[in-house]
Formats: sequence, C-alpha cells, structure tokens
Amino acid sequence: MTFEPRLTRDWDDPSVATLDGYVAKGGYEGLRSALEEEPGDLIQLAKDSGLRGRGGAGFPTGLKWGFVPQDTGKPTYVVVNFDESEPGTCNNRELVERDPHRLLEGTAIAALAIGCRTAFIYVRGEYLWQALVLQRAIDEAYTRGYLGSGICDSDVDLDVVLHRGAGAYICGEETALLNSLEGLRGQPRLRPPFPAVEGLYDCPTVVNNVETLMNVPDIVVRGAEWFRSVGTEKSPGSKMFTISGKVERPGNYELPLGTPFRSLLEDAAGGVLGGRSLKAWTPGGSSTPLLTAEHIDVMLDYESIAAAGSLLGTGAVMVLDESDCVVEAARRMVAFYAHESCGKCTPCREGTWWAMRVLGRLEDGYGREADVPLMTEMGGNIMFRAFCALADGAAAVIESSLEHFRDEYQEHVRLGRCPFEAVEELAEAAS
Amino acid sequence: MPLLYVAQSVEGHLSREGLREVAGLLGITTAEVEAVATFYTMYRLRPTGRHVVNVCTNLSCALLGGKDVLEAAYGAAGMRHDQDASEDGAITIHEEECLGVCDFAPAVQIDFANHDRVTPDRMAELIGSLRAGEVPAPSRGSAPESFRGACRLLAGLEEVPA
Repeated sequence: MTFEPRLTRDWDDPSVATLDGYVAKGGYEGLRSALEEEPGDLIQLAKDSGLRGRGGAGFPTGLKWGFVPQDTGKPTYVVVNFDESEPGTCNNRELVERDPHRLLEGTAIAALAIGCRTAFIYVRGEYLWQALVLQRAIDEAYTRGYLGSGICDSDVDLDVVLHRGAGAYICGEETALLNSLEGLRGQPRLRPPFPAVEGLYDCPTVVNNVETLMNVPDIVVRGAEWFRSVGTEKSPGSKMFTISGKVERPGNYELPLGTPFRSLLEDAAGGVLGGRSLKAWTPGGSSTPLLTAEHIDVMLDYESIAAAGSLLGTGAVMVLDESDCVVEAARRMVAFYAHESCGKCTPCREGTWWAMRVLGRLEDGYGREADVPLMTEMGGNIMFRAFCALADGAAAVIESSLEHFRDEYQEHVRLGRCPFEAVEELAEAAS
Repeated sequence: MPLLYVAQSVEGHLSREGLREVAGLLGITTAEVEAVATFYTMYRLRPTGRHVVNVCTNLSCALLGGKDVLEAAYGAAGMRHDQDASEDGAITIHEEECLGVCDFAPAVQIDFANHDRVTPDRMAELIGSLRAGEVPAPSRGSAPESFRGACRLLAGLEEVPA
C-alpha cells in the first residue's frame, strides 16, 4: 500500500523546525488562504473534511468549532492541549520537536474560525525542552508577522501564549486543563456548561489536541476531499501511532486510519521483541481496554476498535509479550490512576487505591479466592461513576484484563505467587 | 503557577516561607497557594539535591526494565528510598509516571532533560557524572545546569536559547 505521509512528510528535514524552512515547504500558505475566508466557511471546511479530535475522544473538530456562540459579547479562546500524559503516548512531543510551526499555523486557523484573538498552548511541565522549541517558534512567528498585530498583513490580531503545567495527568482532561490554565488545582469541572459556552475565564473556548490542529493547514490548502482520500468513511485521514513496550522498533508512525494492527506491529515496528509472541496490547494508551493476539487483524480506526471492545484513544499501542504478567501490568497501570486521581470523586479516589492494593496482593502471592470476583465488582463500581474519564481508564484495565486473562488471575491465587516470576527465577538460576 | 517555579528556583523546593511570599505577591492566602503547590508533582515540598533525577516506571518503561533503572539510581547515589537527597547533596531521585518518551523507554530525566533508553549501568554512569559535578549531555536539546536552573527556565525567567 502506498501512503504519502502527511504530518510526518518533512521529518527528515531538520530545517522545517525553523520558520524559513517551514515557509520554504509551503508553510503558512494555509493561514494566508484562511484569512481570505469567512469564519463560517472554515468551520464548514473542517466539518466536510471529517477531521476528528486526535486527543482520545474522536469528537468531530468542525462540530466543536461550530458550537462556539458568537453573540455573547465575550472574547473567545482557542486552547491547545499539549499536556500529552496518557501512558504510552508521545506523538505530540515528536510532532512539535520536528515541526513546531505547523502547530502554530493550525492554531491560528482555528482562531480565525471562532473569532479568537488570544490563543493558549498548555504544555505539560515535563516537556521542558519541547516548550523551549515551541517558544522559539512563537518568537520567530511574532518577529516575522505571522503572529501579533495584523498577521500576514491583514487587519487580524492574534496572540499566542504558552503556559507550562507542573506535572498532573488529569490536566489532559479539558476542563481540568482550563482550571490549571487559570492557576488553580487541575480538577475537572462539571459539564454542562461545556467549554464551548463557558470555558476559560467563563468565555467560549475550544480545546483542541496538537495532532488535530496540525492536520488543519493541509485541509485548508488541499481541501476536504484530499483529506478524505485516505482513512475510512467515518475515520478519515491519517493518525499518529506510538508503539512501545515489547517491540523491535518502538516509535511514532503515521498511518492511514483503518490500517490493520498487524501492519503497525510487524511492518512498522518490526514485530514483537526477540521474536516472541504477542500476548496483549492497548490500542490507545493505558486507559483503553486491553486487546489480545486474537485481535491482530483489527483495523486501527475509531469504529473497528470500538467493535473489538476497546477505544482508539490516543493511538498509543503498548505491547506485552508472552513472558509478561498481565496482573503485574494491571497493577502498574492501576497504580498510575491511583497516583493521578485528583481526589474529587470517591469511586475514583478510593476505588483506584483499593484496586491497586488488591492487585498488589494477587501479584505478591497473597491473593484470595474471593479476590477475582472482588476485582470484577470493583471495576463495575468505578466505571462511569465519576466526573471525568480518569477512573474509567482504571476500570477499563481491570475489566479487560479480567475478561481476557481471568485464568491468569486464578493461577496467581492457586499458586500463591506470580507464575511468571518463577519462570524468571528459573531462567536466572540456569544462566 | 509560574510564580511557584520562581520560588522553587530560589530554594530548590517550596518552603513555607516561599509559599507565604507567593501568597503575599498575589494577595491570596497561603492555604490557596499551598492547595495548588500540593496538587502538582513538579512542585517539590521537600528539599532537593542539586539535580533531580526522574525515572519512569510506567508500563512501557517497566516492560523494558524501568524498575531496575530506578534501583540502580538509588544504588549509585548511595540512597535509601526515604531520603530526600544523597549525603553529598548532589542527587534527588523521583519515581515518575509516564514522561511521554515511550519510544525511547526506559526513560529518565535529569532536571527535566531527557536521557533515552537508559540501562541500569548507564544510570549508574549518569549518577556518577552528576556526583562528580558534571552535567551529562541529554539525548535531545540542552541540559539545565541544575534543578534550580530548570525551574528558572520553567518560570520563564531566562531567555530562550537559540
């Protein structure tokens, strides 16, 4: 299959990280064209392209822009979600490291579409250097008139402000992100009102993911039909996939939506590490239900992954091989949610903590017969019982690992230890 | 939030005095400032060494030996898990959640500069360099001189290097 890379097409050329290099490749042409268009036409274009949010939920981008009311008398804001914290996900990081101006151009076009004059980019604090790369690009764009007053010799003003987080997974959730941007604890807000109506400083706000916005300049230049020429009917375009864990060549790969998982694993990533066999994988980060070797031919698009019982999420594939213990992996993932729970809702704050304890007990060999049904019950008591989706991520790990690997849980109880540790000890003793 | 980074860049952590100072500047209560400071992991409420070493042990890193890298860091720094910093004041070690470099797992950050595919042996070397007063070159970008230097960058107090 021939696929011409879109977001990654200039990755081999380090000069695109500079403004001159980006402009030499046709950069900021989309912004110039967008300045000639009516905001309503830009929103319609985004709708026609079928672009869906790449941050996890897959919500149609044009629809989101269209929800922003224009008659409130308040300013409107575009907020870029560059918090990228979903375990297993790192494509936004590499996209910005290599091609920061494409993000600024996409942000500027989104701003034109909703009539925004100040846009914010929320970067996770740990991306210290990536934020410096981005700040340098912002400074360059101001100097050369792509940002600031009268962008590209028009009468439109646009400021872009970079804001650094300080280490909190939950700030990737859009309402928590807005609280954090306002200088508060990053706890999610009750919805409605949705950010489109009352977001940042209670003003109409669009929150878009980095990868989503980086698709926008090409859509403006090449059109909605071009965008739809790869991908599937309901999941058009390409997507960045991060594959990590037990594979030969971990990394970020851009593929058309609808590509079979086998192709990502075997062709792009070189297969499972050391020629071992595939045991389990997450299709979209640790919050998405685990799939197994049975699902190797599932297509990577929103609908196909949902039909297989999981979610495309951020497209972050983490691979476990036959020698990896699913109970240990579940313990590690649930410990993450226990650590990152913001503490607002009881099912999440208490549920993740207790689930972590029970999983730890099972893994350490003190599991009881009743623990397996107990885990099932806990998963059910956490899922959909909290404000935001953080706790659902933990429940997804619990429920999917039990669904596909119940025997492995029971083996932990029966043996009174982790069956995989014994294998490791034997291997060490033999070597 | 930038002001908390400023305060942290002075003492290497947020002391009571630092929190009070920020509250005074903003005209809000110390409790309000503390509520924010305690929410985020990059604000340190305990004293830190000259360098802060973050070791990721989330799933992708754990699958490739992140836990062993963490233990190697403690071993090389001669530290117990309950110590704020090594005896010589050079190192603080922090077990991290996903650092967003799963493609280069196991991931380590020294003062938020990335070191890719770190093995336990490499971890020990890195800690050795830090204790000898050197700042090892990161895998990408440039490295801050210290944790406090990183906080100055995070606060936006320093110019963006060219």
